[in-house]
Amino acid sequence: MDESDQEQPTDDMSGLLVSVGLNRDVEAFEVLFRHYAPRVKAYMARLSRDGAVAEELMQETMMVVWNKAAQFEPSRGNVSTWIYTIARNVRIDVYRRTKRPEFDLSDPAFVPDDAEPADKAFEQLQDAERLHRAMEALPAEQLDLLKRSFYEDSSHSAIAEALSIPLGTVKSRIRLAFAKLRAALEER
Amino acid sequence: MSIRHHVSDELLLRYASGELAEGWSLAVATHLALCPASRRRLAQMETVGGALLENIAAGTASDDAWARMRSRIERGATGVPQRPEGHVKAAAEPVLPEPLRSYLGGDIDSLKWRSLGMGAYQIPIALGDDSTVARLLRIPAGKPVPEHGHAGQELTVVLAGSFRDGSDVFARGDIEEADANLTHQPLASEDADCICLAVTDAPLRFKSWLVRLIQPVLGI
Repeated sequence: MDESDQEQPTDDMSGLLVSVGLNRDVEAFEVLFRHYAPRVKAYMARLSRDGAVAEELMQETMMVVWNKAAQFEPSRGNVSTWIYTIARNVRIDVYRRTKRPEFDLSDPAFVPDDAEPADKAFEQLQDAERLHRAMEALPAEQLDLLKRSFYEDSSHSAIAEALSIPLGTVKSRIRLAFAKLRAALEER
Repeated sequence: MSIRHHVSDELLLRYASGELAEGWSLAVATHLALCPASRRRLAQMETVGGALLENIAAGTASDDAWARMRSRIERGATGVPQRPEGHVKAAAEPVLPEPLRSYLGGDIDSLKWRSLGMGAYQIPIALGDDSTVARLLRIPAGKPVPEHGHAGQELTVVLAGSFRDGSDVFARGDIEEADANLTHQPLASEDADCICLAVTDAPLRFKSWLVRLIQPVLGI
């Protein structure tokens, strides 16, 4: 086994994904695959607990990453966020076979963000870094709730039951966690 | 006009994590189409999802897994890479944003409203999953609603006109989340009919205040 699964700076991943989109760069995609495929599989395994199913869902996700790489806009977010949203959608479409309605940026009724000037791009990348750091500073029980919310596909009332805490506590911890994360973004 | 009533963190997180059922998601996505501030919060939550994915305990990719992926992309590698969609602004602005417009098959002027009596109309919205019930409602201007509580959850997104609930006014793009604990006294504003998307828990007993308004008329 080589060492390509070790932590890579986000900028590198972004450059690799752009190259996949522009040049159909198989070597770049292999680096991305070796880094993200195990993570996506672990994410899927939290849901299905069946290794073969998790492997299939991972393959589907990475296929979409390959096919849609040209749609990745490095100025609008980082690679892990982009791949997360694809994995989430594969999980809903392929595994759960349900729909998740989404807004459409090209819809004439869509209300664009006026407060998104051109220099916002750099800010958004900084935001991602700030968010990552702020998450590390969250109290353990708040981080745990975020993980359960994102990984386990269970409702907040199911999470409350699993943790033997009131639903209101789950909701207030979520609000507290995001209040802290947003406060971290406002420190400029 | 900017949105005053935004989706809550709890509900938005369920949408960001993909846990939310189709009917609730339809209401949240319709609100998001009209509310840049809520979309910024969604983007932050998805960044949190990405950070958790980055840090998830994972093994290494097997060479078999990569070999399989590689053969798949080489078989299909001649395909044209997909380009980002253009964000074209059309001249006409529909009243109903996506994804709601597609669910209804057209914009507001092409809809076949069904009378509920007392000047109120509805259109049931077909969903692929039966845990929720969604409908578009049109309530006559100035109609008062008796004070009531909720047996379950209800989401209401205003598309046209407005309604007043206590000291709060809900207008286009605003979302109201009501749960079993809430007792309120909504009132459609006087200036125009109020058109809104209402999503409730599935039991056939109507819970929407807007439907309760006309329930006595229907005898249901």
